[in-house]
Amino acid sequence: MSITHPDDFVADVTDANAKRPFLSPINKRRWGNFKANKRGYWSLWIFLFLFIASLFAEFIANDRPILISYKGEYLSPIFTDYPEEKFGGFLAVTDYHDPVNIEEIEANGWMIWPPIRYSYRTVNKNIPRPAPSPPTWLMDTDEACKKYAKGADDPLCTYGNWNWLGTDDQGRDVTSRLIYGFRISIQFGLILTLFSALIGISAGAVQGYYGGWVDLLFQRFIEIWTSMPLLFLLIIISSVLPPGFWILLGIMLIFSWTGFVGIVRAEFLRARNFEYVNAARALGVGNRTIMFRHLLPNAMVATLTFLPFILSGSIGALTTLDFLGFGLPPGSPSLGEMLSQGKNNLHAPWLGIMGFVVISVMLSLLIFIGEATRDAFDPRKTFV
Amino acid sequence: MKDKTEPLLSVENLSVAFTTSGKTSTAVNNISFHIGKGETVALVGESGSGKSVSALSILKLLPYPPASHPSGKIFFKGKDLLAASEQELRGVRGNDVTMIFQEPMTSLNPLHTIEQQIGEILTTHRGMTNDEARKRTIELLNQVGIREPEKRLGAYPHQMSGGQRQRVMIAMSLANEPELLIADEPTTALDVTVQAQILGLLGEMKKGRGLSMLFITHDLGIVRKIADRVCVMTNGEIVEHGPTAEIFDNPQHEYTKHLLAAEPKGNPPKLKKGAEVIIEGEDMKVWFPIKKGFMRKTVDHVKAVDGISLQLRAGQTLGVVGESGSGKTTLGLALTRMISSKGRIGFIGQDINSYSFNEMKPLRSDMQIVFQDPYGSLSPRMSVSEIIAEGMEIHMPNLGANEVDDRVASILEEVGLDPATRHRYPHEFSGGQRQRMAIARAMILEPKFVMLDEPTSALDMSVQAQVVELLLRLQEERNLAYLFISHDLKVVRALANDVIVMRLGKVVEHGPAEQIFDNPQTDYTKALMAAAFNLEVTPTGAVNQ
Repeated sequence: MSITHPDDFVADVTDANAKRPFLSPINKRRWGNFKANKRGYWSLWIFLFLFIASLFAEFIANDRPILISYKGEYLSPIFTDYPEEKFGGFLAVTDYHDPVNIEEIEANGWMIWPPIRYSYRTVNKNIPRPAPSPPTWLMDTDEACKKYAKGADDPLCTYGNWNWLGTDDQGRDVTSRLIYGFRISIQFGLILTLFSALIGISAGAVQGYYGGWVDLLFQRFIEIWTSMPLLFLLIIISSVLPPGFWILLGIMLIFSWTGFVGIVRAEFLRARNFEYVNAARALGVGNRTIMFRHLLPNAMVATLTFLPFILSGSIGALTTLDFLGFGLPPGSPSLGEMLSQGKNNLHAPWLGIMGFVVISVMLSLLIFIGEATRDAFDPRKTFV
Repeated sequence: MKDKTEPLLSVENLSVAFTTSGKTSTAVNNISFHIGKGETVALVGESGSGKSVSALSILKLLPYPPASHPSGKIFFKGKDLLAASEQELRGVRGNDVTMIFQEPMTSLNPLHTIEQQIGEILTTHRGMTNDEARKRTIELLNQVGIREPEKRLGAYPHQMSGGQRQRVMIAMSLANEPELLIADEPTTALDVTVQAQILGLLGEMKKGRGLSMLFITHDLGIVRKIADRVCVMTNGEIVEHGPTAEIFDNPQHEYTKHLLAAEPKGNPPKLKKGAEVIIEGEDMKVWFPIKKGFMRKTVDHVKAVDGISLQLRAGQTLGVVGESGSGKTTLGLALTRMISSKGRIGFIGQDINSYSFNEMKPLRSDMQIVFQDPYGSLSPRMSVSEIIAEGMEIHMPNLGANEVDDRVASILEEVGLDPATRHRYPHEFSGGQRQRMAIARAMILEPKFVMLDEPTSALDMSVQAQVVELLLRLQEERNLAYLFISHDLKVVRALANDVIVMRLGKVVEHGPAEQIFDNPQTDYTKALMAAAFNLEVTPTGAVNQ
């Protein structure tokens, strides 16, 4: 006998009839390792809270009320566009910031506003100083409310109408844009990572499993492919195609999948001659089943460990493009655009500082989670 | 040793415990033994009995902290090693006490030449100059029986055979003229013929230098050959100790008796006359090309299997024996069409040697393979019942989930496992239980032909006996044809009615088992038999170094 691992000594096969637990022992150990990394564990919860909250951004920051009771009727402007004639006006879409409309609704019922009464594209017409206007709490009440009809006594000059982090150079609320920008960055990152993983894992699996010429040719192809300059291609393509979320995603996807190929290929090359894979071949199991059932689980550990880093990489790439102006279409709430506004408006430091804070917090959280994931899947990690 | 005042090494009430995630398990429990000068003590037990852990704790080589010593003292020349500082220990390790390990492949650094590996010890511990070290290295290599040591100095470990590597390991451990050598299963990974040579070498060292040895093994044959005294270990405790002859002739403890009775026994069922031919190969060849140069021209071939013909009938077991590298496994894989080969292969009336993967598929249920390593051949991520049912998914797709489950349960019972454990994962089972699962996986498809590729060599002796018994029972019940590949001649003797002796891809001798074992004709077979059954080296030189 050779001493391999201390775990060898604690195996017991006594309670044979015990039900299979929800998590297999190895996953339990992994979850334990993950939790043991306190920083990563807390980061996961903070990140999940922020991400799930940002999914409901429309209920947190919007220029429409969540619920209106008007003449005994309940209206939900977030889900439906009501024409203004509903409230006695004439515009096609109701402007809920218009004092006339507000008075009309308040007189015939009530309305519940989100905590921040601006959407990412709402232009605040009541900013006291020319845009970019500083955070409201930096000004005294009189100055902050001077654009409202009744000045400091105006009922509309409430916390809900404050610009907590100021406005950008087009008078749009920074807080709201950051919330939506956070959401779109994470969504972009997640979708891009998911699709790159799908393509990259399939390509790596085929290469690793078949080896030989398939592997050789594919590797050369990938070498050529990855040597193409991504940024120039993006600039060229974005001048031909209208830039948008999905087009940008597609272009990035063309190049980002190659990151996964290496690790998956290596795992498949290593595992394809394992004895249990040979045993499956001897049973007559088909290639595809062998790849999915026997080899993929081996590659998943390496892939999962890699995933959070790819995710933060994709978010960083999107931010870069937005900063350079080749990213999402103008008007979209994007963190990169916020940074570029900060660069162009050095007299309005809240733009640059807040953009920086949000991006760095987001990427740090993801990296911490990634570290904890790496710990969790590390078979040699022992906590004493 | 009663007549000497103080033993060289004495271990008193040693315990070893491992703590993982809060749980503490005791691997070694209160063992005591001692080794006198010039004495060889064997520590015998099955895997998991704690014998390696005990040996490693002598030099404090266990991973601390998961490991700890709740009690015990280890005196080497009067000094307590457990209480010694790391610096004192370093003076003892590799100097007064040295170790050789089981796996010569991994205990040598693949990036250093033999001269560097041995020379390093001499220059650091003995303060020799490079020239002196070189001379001494050649001397040592000569002592351990490496031919033409001057030429081998620049060789890397991968350029040497397993036996030669183990010799180099021994030379390394002797370089500092130690007083105690701890040998942890030094011959387990080697062929029987090489094992006999290494044991002979260790015996000489003992005689010539008065070397003391702690010999760890599971093989009682070796113990009888080499040890003065024996300690039998099970479950972390020494249950019996005494002089070798006494233990073997008059064992007291139940476990020792069990161990001594555990030799694989059995008689292969008599071959019925005119039984159906299941599989036959005619002039089979598996040649791997050696390619050289820019154009990858084939300059030569490695002839792994070179013109072998065989025939296997229902109910027959054909044993294939030979040293490692003789092409046994390649022959088996070629017969089952896992690798391509030349020459006709007939399987139940069909010529299958040119069948494609898909044409082979329906035949796969009739020909099954049981692999050597029960730890490697079961996917760690599938439950036992998933593993066993995998083949049925393909070959019996019409079975309902309940029917599949029933069959899995009944086959588990047949191979001697509790069906209630079928939803557990392989890592929760012992090696013997896993090999039973691998056998169940093959048998559930009701094959006619099973290729058994060293199915017992990764198992403990007493477990081997059980697996052999199981295989014999299954053969009788199902009238199976076995191709049994093994380097372990004792197991082959218990199982096979016909034997092929292979060497370098060719058949050396072929015939009924009794004839091969009792009256071998060729020198090679004779050498093989002597090494396997008497642990002796025949002087004819028929066997490679």
